[in-house]
Amino acid sequence: MAQQIIFYILAVIISVFSIMAVSSGRLIRSATYLLFVLLATAGLYLLLGYTYLFAVQTAVYAGGIMVLFIFAILLTQKPGDRITPESIRQRGLAIVLSVVGALFSGVIIFSNIKKVYTLVDQPEFDTKHIGLTLMGTGKFQYLLAFEVISILLLAGIVGAIMIARKRS
Amino acid sequence: MFDSFTNFFSGIIPLEAYMVVSLIMFFSGVYGFLSRKSLLMILISIELILNSIDINFAVFNRYLYPENMEGFFFALFTIAISACETAVAIAIVINIYRNLGNVEVDSLNELKEDAPEN
Repeated sequence: MAQQIIFYILAVIISVFSIMAVSSGRLIRSATYLLFVLLATAGLYLLLGYTYLFAVQTAVYAGGIMVLFIFAILLTQKPGDRITPESIRQRGLAIVLSVVGALFSGVIIFSNIKKVYTLVDQPEFDTKHIGLTLMGTGKFQYLLAFEVISILLLAGIVGAIMIARKRS
Repeated sequence: MFDSFTNFFSGIIPLEAYMVVSLIMFFSGVYGFLSRKSLLMILISIELILNSIDINFAVFNRYLYPENMEGFFFALFTIAISACETAVAIAIVINIYRNLGNVEVDSLNELKEDAPEN
């Protein structure tokens, strides 16, 4: 009972704020609405029983990425700046395309999911298990992906510094 | 009628409910990506899209294969990749602002700046 109510509250928050985030007239407000969406998503992970994913989502998305966004907005906009509104035609086309896409995917979802799944109670993954899976080389273990991500992050750091540096 | 209402609040949360939430998030991201002209708004839309995919991975893992961890790790790696992508994209946006003075897509009609005489 409590779970359902929490889920519906989170679902309403996510739906409303994700639509507001892409239709707001000011960038800083969009970023704030995006922050609400990301935190509500973290709440969904908590509801699913993935506390580790909840922590990662809160720290990396709601913490790190949002700070980057706020800094970028403050660096590129004057306070109180409004975005010049887009043309009605462009907006209408985008609305039509996304509504049609959403209806199409919704029909596919509701006609294809057979209600055979049951939510079995599952003890949550402990962090030791997650760490061993991340560092193992066996089947269903992810050391290679972990190392590739680390190289990608290194390349991202070097690339970001290279691109954003001041040219003398 | 009343029964279906009480079923709404008892029993497990259906898989479709999570997917509808992620569907709304995904297509509002698509709308923002197609309609907005500021580069930062486009980036925010991309974040919404990536985040909705993360929800799907976690939900499929929890409901369909609760004893495995594939979806869990996919969501974890996707979060790491999107952090990396955002950092590089914001570096590009700041560079564009430094060269052009704004971050609108319309003013971006050439990629290479004029070569300085040396």
